[in-house]
Amino acid sequence: MQVTITVNGTSETHEVETRTLLVHYLREACGHTGTNVGCDTTSCGACTVLLDGESVKSCTVLAAQADGRDVTTIEGMASPDGTLHPIQQAFHEEHGLQCGYCTPGMVMAAASFLKENPDPTEAEVREALEGNLCRCTGYHNIVQSILAAAKNRELVS
Amino acid sequence: MASASTTTARRGSGVGESAGRPDGVPKVRGEFAFSSDLWMDEMLWGKTLRSPHASARIVSIDARPALALPGVHAVMTAADVTGRATYGVEVPDQPVFASDVVRFHGEPVAAVAADHPEVARAAARLVEVVYEPVEPVVDPELAVTAAPLHPSGNLFRHVRIRRGDPSATGDVVVEGSYEVGMQDQAFMGPESGLAVPAEDGGVDLYVATQWLHVDRDQIAASLGMPPERVRLYLAGVGGAFGGREDVSLQIHLCLLALRTGRPVKMVYSRDESFFGHVHRHPARMWYRHHANRAGDLVKVEARIVLDGGAYLSSSNAVVSNAAAFAAGPYRVPSAAIDGYAVRTNNPPCGAMRGFGAVQVCFGHEAQMDKLAAALGMDPVDLRLRNALEQFDTLVTGQVLTGATPVRECIRAAMAHPLPPDPTPRDPMMSRPGGAGLTADDGDVRRGTGLAVSFKNIGYSEGFDDYATARVRLEAGVAGEPLATVLVATAEVGQGFVTLAQQIAREELGVADVVLAPAATSDVGSAGSSSASRQTWMSGGAVQLACAGVRRQLLDRSAVRWGCALEALRWEDGAVTRLGSVDRLTLAELLDAGAVEAEHEYHHRPTKALDADGQGDAHLSFMYAAHRAVVDVDPGLGLVRVVQVTTGQDVGRALNPVQVTGQIEGGIAQGVGLAVMEEIVVDGGQVRNPSFTDYLIPTTLDMPDVAATLIEVPEPDAPYGAKGVGEPPAISSGPAVLAAIRDATGLDLRRAPVRPEDIALGVRPA
Repeated sequence: MQVTITVNGTSETHEVETRTLLVHYLREACGHTGTNVGCDTTSCGACTVLLDGESVKSCTVLAAQADGRDVTTIEGMASPDGTLHPIQQAFHEEHGLQCGYCTPGMVMAAASFLKENPDPTEAEVREALEGNLCRCTGYHNIVQSILAAAKNRELVS
Repeated sequence: MASASTTTARRGSGVGESAGRPDGVPKVRGEFAFSSDLWMDEMLWGKTLRSPHASARIVSIDARPALALPGVHAVMTAADVTGRATYGVEVPDQPVFASDVVRFHGEPVAAVAADHPEVARAAARLVEVVYEPVEPVVDPELAVTAAPLHPSGNLFRHVRIRRGDPSATGDVVVEGSYEVGMQDQAFMGPESGLAVPAEDGGVDLYVATQWLHVDRDQIAASLGMPPERVRLYLAGVGGAFGGREDVSLQIHLCLLALRTGRPVKMVYSRDESFFGHVHRHPARMWYRHHANRAGDLVKVEARIVLDGGAYLSSSNAVVSNAAAFAAGPYRVPSAAIDGYAVRTNNPPCGAMRGFGAVQVCFGHEAQMDKLAAALGMDPVDLRLRNALEQFDTLVTGQVLTGATPVRECIRAAMAHPLPPDPTPRDPMMSRPGGAGLTADDGDVRRGTGLAVSFKNIGYSEGFDDYATARVRLEAGVAGEPLATVLVATAEVGQGFVTLAQQIAREELGVADVVLAPAATSDVGSAGSSSASRQTWMSGGAVQLACAGVRRQLLDRSAVRWGCALEALRWEDGAVTRLGSVDRLTLAELLDAGAVEAEHEYHHRPTKALDADGQGDAHLSFMYAAHRAVVDVDPGLGLVRVVQVTTGQDVGRALNPVQVTGQIEGGIAQGVGLAVMEEIVVDGGQVRNPSFTDYLIPTTLDMPDVAATLIEVPEPDAPYGAKGVGEPPAISSGPAVLAAIRDATGLDLRRAPVRPEDIALGVRPA
């Protein structure tokens, strides 16, 4: 079937099998490999993207379900001039990553969460990220990164 | 003199400062290419067929139905291996593909290449393998006397340590048996790689690994090719923790690429990843500790059995560590320790962060608590009293010549403030059970425990451990000096890329340092990114290669000025002449062309252990102490780890923020092993190969962490820096167990602690 999705502001149309998962559509049809696959069972959150602005695990959404909708991946977070999104900037500055495999999913989950809750407590950040696994960092610097990003008021806009 | 520092970051770029990662920006942009992102036009997809049985004879394999499927380009089995039929990181005892027998659930039997991943999966299912199942040997203690499962027998290694007076006895004797389950590294990026046939008949392999050169040598042997025709390039690594020390898909990929003449990519699913790499050895341990009335250890007796699974992997080195560190970081005048690593039909076990020191720490620390109770002593005081000091002798006879700040580690871990007591006002999410099955606040019991550990750095027992680095200094595009560091060191997330830049900046006084991609064809081996060794080894190689560059620039200055070398000084990235104002900047010196130097850094030789387990087997040691605070609901068996504090001996922190990142990440893995992580193996069958059934800590499981870095420079080490990766994963788990015992009064002997161990546990009389 033909699926048209606006990915990071650009309309993409590809012929795919009906059973194609959104993550494979993004990685293989569109070539956006920033979104990673970590578990295949919706446990790890490495594949988190925004679907119409809300975070979803793209291994649990069919490409067909996203037909006609907007998807934002990690590649779409920085400004067109290349300036990092405040969450990306914070992950870099606060040492919020080591191997970096979980990072795109963490950043996308954080973006969705901070839109709902622009001024969260540490406990709220932890609760919001429970569906995203990281094996390297022990999460503390990830939580710090998101709190630091939240302090940047521009983000809320 | 020890100095304890908290980790305030200096945001500079030299050694000792918390410089930012050079791969940080590409990683946050999603532009960093992990091995799973590799792509070539016309590439095929590989898939491995694995044994459903833990033990079976292979009666026949028929690949024809798979080959008949449109889109299938090759099916390869043991008969198609062009070189050595077996591989192994220490000894090649593991078949590339099983031929006559399978020895574990998940052993590779065939590999398929097809033009689409789904076709490859379908084709693998079509390969007809007729098995004759055999009763698996799954009990490691029975395996020793069982019929051999392999021509090399079932006992991988027995490490026997005898020291002091065998007849010594103490006034107080405590005995205990302990068990540790099988832990998975659970790195986030499953195994993946891309093999590309080369014009010279060789192969180029892009892969996520911990040690490019040793992979290359194993691949070349099994392809029947000289090593120089097998070129490995490090692709982005999504974590490792020991799980990428052994070859997984490397040989299969290269065989498929050479057979089909096409690039072949393979990416394991999470499920396959559980079968595709070795795990942490499960352990059974028996201990008897003797002490005098004053609380001085007199003798430690121990018997440790590690289940190595079907193939050797690094079991020989793991059991050596388990035996050497079995008594913990304490003065022990007499010891009788026997460590066994055995072959079974369980999944192969090998390297994981902490490598043998983790399992025994659960044993020796439970014993120290038991001993303290028997003596009526405070467990912290007992440990302080017996803590190793510099120039003490280990149970292996090795004298500790390096920094040995065990007491400082203990005091630092204990000095951090305790968390506030739980109250009924606490949010439900902070109670044991969190969002799900939540404890009633009135039932929650708090407990505190301490554990202390030590472990070797680098490769031991006479292994010639080395790392190679090449550094080139030249004028950059705008004339500014530009240093290029070339090492084959695997960046697995630990941040060696940051350190390499920091070291080059420090040594050469230049701002611009780039790292060349890691590849076997361009530079010699860096050794493995394991055993907490790369800061010391590859760091030392980069430091000395930079020194070689400086020496050449001094030579160049001496020629230019017509003076003796002795009159020249290296000062802030320029050369000056004594007794004059002459000064040559790097830019001026590099006018005459680039300079390049290479250094192969070898650590001090170590020795094999003798028949009594005695010898200077290790380069150096790292120490750490962890204090854990837990809340437990004894009725529901639920545990929440509230806080872990630590004092860790780091020698010197070359990048404090990165060191703290290692500590927090290592503690997460230690906490995981203590309360949730276990690969459940039943009759040789792996029951939980997924992240829905094998749980690792989430944001909500992670305790608060407070860390003190103990900085006592290590005399032999570059910049005085010890390794930092493993210690946080060693005593953090045993501290959690001690805290749960403290909270419940239960005699818990097994990690991980399961809810039923608490809820149905029997209090000692």
